[in-house]
Amino acid sequence: MFLMKLTIYLLGRIVSSLVLVFGLAATVSAELMIEITKGSDTALPIAIVPFASEGDEPVPEDIARIVSNDLQRSGDFDTLSTGRMLSLPESMAQMHFRDWRLLGQTYVLVGKVRYDAIQSRFQVQYELVDVYGQKRLLGEVLSVPRSGLRKLAHLIADKVYETITGVRGVFSTKIAYITLKNLPGGKQEYRLQVSDADGQNAYTLFKSHEPILSPAWSNDGQHLAYQSFHTGRPAIYIQHVKTGGQRKVTGFKGLNSSPMWSPDDRYLVMTLSKDGNAELYTYDLVSNEVERLTNHYGIDTEASWSPDGKELVFTSDRSGKPQIYRMNLIDRKPQRLTFEGRYNARPRFSLDGRSLYYVHQVNGDFHIASIDMSTGENRVLTSTPLDESPSVAPNGRMIIYATNRNGKGVLAVVSVDGGAKYFLPSDYGDVKEPAWSPFLN
Amino acid sequence: MPCDSHRLTSGHVPARNEFGITKNKQFYVLLKTHNEGKEMKFDSFRHAIALLLALALLSGCESMSTSDDEFVADEPPAQEDQDTADSSDTYSAPAEPEVSAEELAAQRAKEAAMKEQAALREVRTFYFDFDQYTVKPEARSPLAAHAAFLSANPSVKVVLEGHCDERGTKEYNIALGENRAKAVARFLKVNGVSDAQIETISYGEERPAATGHNEQAWAKNRRVYIEYK
Repeated sequence: MFLMKLTIYLLGRIVSSLVLVFGLAATVSAELMIEITKGSDTALPIAIVPFASEGDEPVPEDIARIVSNDLQRSGDFDTLSTGRMLSLPESMAQMHFRDWRLLGQTYVLVGKVRYDAIQSRFQVQYELVDVYGQKRLLGEVLSVPRSGLRKLAHLIADKVYETITGVRGVFSTKIAYITLKNLPGGKQEYRLQVSDADGQNAYTLFKSHEPILSPAWSNDGQHLAYQSFHTGRPAIYIQHVKTGGQRKVTGFKGLNSSPMWSPDDRYLVMTLSKDGNAELYTYDLVSNEVERLTNHYGIDTEASWSPDGKELVFTSDRSGKPQIYRMNLIDRKPQRLTFEGRYNARPRFSLDGRSLYYVHQVNGDFHIASIDMSTGENRVLTSTPLDESPSVAPNGRMIIYATNRNGKGVLAVVSVDGGAKYFLPSDYGDVKEPAWSPFLN
Repeated sequence: MPCDSHRLTSGHVPARNEFGITKNKQFYVLLKTHNEGKEMKFDSFRHAIALLLALALLSGCESMSTSDDEFVADEPPAQEDQDTADSSDTYSAPAEPEVSAEELAAQRAKEAAMKEQAALREVRTFYFDFDQYTVKPEARSPLAAHAAFLSANPSVKVVLEGHCDERGTKEYNIALGENRAKAVARFLKVNGVSDAQIETISYGEERPAATGHNEQAWAKNRRVYIEYK
């Protein structure tokens, strides 16, 4: 444990002392908007009552709306629209339980915001109430500066979600993704973006006229690894998401692609072709040693580490078509996992390490599918034709992926059971290759 | 450049001498005159010039141009050789009257072959089937023409850019694009091009030639492009 911390500390030092400090875009934009297309049948009814505001100072964020949107998007809750509420209590003491039962609500969230002029801070009080048990499940008063209101709303949503479902909420996490815009004169602009999980507060971590691909979060949530062509040749970089410090990891002749972190963040697994064709390698971020893992004339790429760090899954065309293989890191003998369909690629582990989410071709279309690694049972989760790049939320409940809508690349999210779904359409070019961050607090 | 280098080792190219680029300014002018002569229909003049040309070609050990001066101007690598060429070395032999019809025919055949080779080299993009990295049969003769040109001109370098259509996963496509570029590289190497002349890069599906989301566009995007440096 100490060694790991030391490693991470050293890594942090290396990165922060590196040459490039990119101007993290000062302009904060909401380039992704939420659009829920499909709710879940088993969603729990909850009423999020608009928070009362005390004092003259206007509250810049609608906390109840942010919480409501978060919960609705998860697919696990069905939120009651404000127009249907019979009263707007601001505390449990003001609630008439019979009214909420009549509306079929199981849970109610009430609260209020007060501005403290002396401290220039907002005090937010909230209570989560169980309608049938007529008891308070959560109750808190929190104080934040103006800039912290949005974050606080996501935190309340996380607490509500966890209290009711027993699963940690992901509303305070972030996503990284790539945008591509065609500029006048035939040039392209690639951007590596980071935003809140709901698409808000986006900023640019890195941009280039050349391709940027495959952003991958370190497990400590501090860095992104990715492939960039900005020098004209592909190379793998890691970059600190807050300071912007960038470090070039590999720039071998040939491929430098598909980086993914080991669970302890010490290694990257990646695809290089320096010894001939596309093979998997590990890169030790402390010693800078490179070790070859596969040896086959076919393509081996898109590796991902199992949560316990003991094995890898990856795409290989060693059977003639791209299929998914697993490989124990001790004996290193690849074992084929997918047999249904002619194209199965880019696997990512489920949280418990028992299933994979991957890209699966059906009748010429590409969908996100899941497979149980022990039974081989698989299931198609999405229905649009060009779905790719699945990335699992840190609580294991949702998958963000890239798809194409009206000829434009957009992000979409689907629950792991395929039940709920929403889009994150963009007003900025094509959006692709999402990567969901780990828990950040 | 030694005379031997004009000979091709390829099994895919007709076994004729292949002349890469103009090395001689006067010769270049001569070819132009030759073309004008054609237009003016001065048959005897034309024959004399053709004879001159034949002799110069047979006696000289220089690498020569095709008879299509426009093509010469188009060819980027020709520049440096043109600049360094000595203008006095080949155009000195007086026209000898007895030149056989066979020789003349051979010369014309040679010119035609050179033109054909140049036209084949205009093909710079080679297409592939979905998820395949096998060089298609129709790519063979244009690729052989590029190989012949490159092996005759070892200082000329190319970048082979591998591309894919948008279907399938991005990183697999990056690897697939590299395999396509390498398949073309292998073909060139087998046909006498040296390793040092070839660089490969894969852009996967990042640089589509056509932007549609249908088979027509996809077919245009599964490609390797030869870029002369």
